[in-house]
Amino acid sequence: MDRNLIRIRTLDKEDITKILDQSKVFLEILDRPIKKVPALRGKVVVTLFFEPSTRTRMSFELAAKMLSADVLNFAASTSSAVKGESLKDTALTMKALGADYIVVRHTHTGAPEFIAKQGDFRVINGGDGFGEHPTQALLDLFTIRQKLGRLEGLNVAIMGDIAHSRVARSNIFALTKMGANVRLVAPPTMLPVNIEKLGAQVHYRPDAIFEDTDVLYLLRVQTERQKDSLLPSLKEYAELFGVNGDLLSKFKKDVIVMHPGPINRGVEISHDVADGNDTYIEEQVRNGLVVRMAVLYLLEGGKEAAHEAVN
Amino acid sequence: MKLLIKGAEIIDPAGKNAGRNDILVEDGVIREIGKPSAAGAEVLDASGLKAAPGLVDIHVHFRDPGYEYKENVATGLRAASAGGFTSVVCMPNTKPDIDTKSVAKYVNDKARAAGLGRLFIAGAISKKREGAELAEIGDMMNEGIVAVTDDGNPVMNAQLMRRALEYTKMFGIPVMSHAEDKNLAGAGVMNEGMVSTTIGMRPIPKEAETVMVLRDIELAALTGGRLHLTHISSAESVDAVRRAKARGLRVTCDVTPHHLVLTDESVMGFDTATKVNPPLRDENDRQALIAGLLDGTIDAIASDHAPHAVHEKEVSYDDAPFGLVGLETTLAVLVTRLVETGAAPLELLISKLTSGPAAVLGLNAGALAPGAPADIVLFDPAAEWTVDASKFFSKGRNCPFNGWRVRGKVAATVAAGKVVFKDGAFV
Repeated sequence: MDRNLIRIRTLDKEDITKILDQSKVFLEILDRPIKKVPALRGKVVVTLFFEPSTRTRMSFELAAKMLSADVLNFAASTSSAVKGESLKDTALTMKALGADYIVVRHTHTGAPEFIAKQGDFRVINGGDGFGEHPTQALLDLFTIRQKLGRLEGLNVAIMGDIAHSRVARSNIFALTKMGANVRLVAPPTMLPVNIEKLGAQVHYRPDAIFEDTDVLYLLRVQTERQKDSLLPSLKEYAELFGVNGDLLSKFKKDVIVMHPGPINRGVEISHDVADGNDTYIEEQVRNGLVVRMAVLYLLEGGKEAAHEAVN
Repeated sequence: MKLLIKGAEIIDPAGKNAGRNDILVEDGVIREIGKPSAAGAEVLDASGLKAAPGLVDIHVHFRDPGYEYKENVATGLRAASAGGFTSVVCMPNTKPDIDTKSVAKYVNDKARAAGLGRLFIAGAISKKREGAELAEIGDMMNEGIVAVTDDGNPVMNAQLMRRALEYTKMFGIPVMSHAEDKNLAGAGVMNEGMVSTTIGMRPIPKEAETVMVLRDIELAALTGGRLHLTHISSAESVDAVRRAKARGLRVTCDVTPHHLVLTDESVMGFDTATKVNPPLRDENDRQALIAGLLDGTIDAIASDHAPHAVHEKEVSYDDAPFGLVGLETTLAVLVTRLVETGAAPLELLISKLTSGPAAVLGLNAGALAPGAPADIVLFDPAAEWTVDASKFFSKGRNCPFNGWRVRGKVAATVAAGKVVFKDGAFV
């Protein structure tokens, strides 16, 4: 593995498998009375978040703490960034504070690469612009593998605003690398040009994927897309793409429903589906924790046997 | 004062004076080409070098007045001389804009004081380049403007564009169009295509350019006005200009070196020096631009030299301003990537850097012949060097060619009969 985790695009199947396998090892720890191992003791992990986030940030923070790292939280809204400090100077400040890891979330694609150039810390992309969200894709793969036992050959449909979704992009790369069949379902205004060339099938309406979809992955639809004329209204989106009990009943009986959160109840997902038995949103959150532990651990150079950290 | 340039291989875009010959220069004018007597002349040994007319760049940003921290007239002209350019045309997007005679005079005065080559001005089409009312174009003619353009701001109002194409007919200068539909381009930062889809960046479709190129061509047809489309970047734009020329319309165009040698693949590393407007396109567009040069559709190569301060470009790709510097790398980049690869002959490229752009704007430049202004570049097309942006004479460091190993080096630049730049230093 590279020293940073910024893109799924540049990983290979072996890298991904290694992270998923390591995550499984860490999952055991969650069931212990004392949920902590010393793997990152003495290391400083900074979470540098220029966008609001609940689950990703808390998940990284807790993952680092469970590996015994010291964690510093930087939130742009309460920091010198509001005084106009540049991204470069913020990164240099983190370097001066001795950060070993920077977990960055930024509204601009490529910001993690920019930060990586400013110091010798390890950079983990916690979501950049419309670019990628690698740990989200990894936890999604982990969850699918956990529920269905495999990735290869599965039919995974991603439905929603593909064009503006870093989650979709990372999942397309990750799933196709692992041999799953990816179907993208979205109104044409929410599909970037040539997306099918990344190895995914494209459909404009959900009825095309009822028959054989194993995983239905829903994306959050954002209100501001209405302004960009990608949608007439959220109501119309809900009518055409919203997953409710009726629509779900047309899918295979054992289809599983996933969502990266936060969900928009009544838009891409109805309350009955969100709270139903086919939905694994809470498992995704729990798995996110172990996947992030695995990433931090492996970037630290976790070449030694995967179990060592646990013992 | 006499200067005899001895033994250079002359590239004369007009073709008449090509070959190994000596050039005698006196009082800022080329007197004789052949074997003139050296009596009373300073001799410049140019054996092993090519001699071409001083290069002409009809699209540069010298940021003066208003943004002197990015570049000023003096540093811009130094960058030009170092790159072999003896005539440049400055864009009006300064602060204040060059939309009045007095601002144009300010820039002209600074150029005279710098005394390095010739600076020409493209005045604004509209007051404050706001696209609402025509600027005082006639009054700016008193300061010698050679074109009008709202460069950087496309003229979205078709009626205003029509009026500009009509009004300039009485002055005989072209309207230079930065063809871009602002709504279609939106908040995009790079070309729309496989790369923007793969890395997830806000895209600018090339149709944002094409629709405006087509609009402007029809307005040129409507008015009989003189239209110059600057920095065209797509295959469709080249086609549109080709058809416009076949219709006999008074339409010309230029292309930048970066669109000729780079594609949007360069954006994958998020180097903000690759963020430029129009954005770097795909390989198909690049090939079409080269074809347009070869068949004469494209009249000129212009750098769109657009310096920014280091701190302005040392940010995320989205936050970085558009623009890159080119004056000091144009010749070498073209020699290395087009001549040495066999994509285009050196003589053709030199014509697109001299007689071509001079003809577009009616400048008395771009010829190497007796009676022509003694603006000459001497260069060694085989000399190898490494681009080091930190050593540029320009204040700009935003260069996507930084670190490139290139061939083709300016040995000396002669402006108005005087050697102004030689062996890497100003004389």
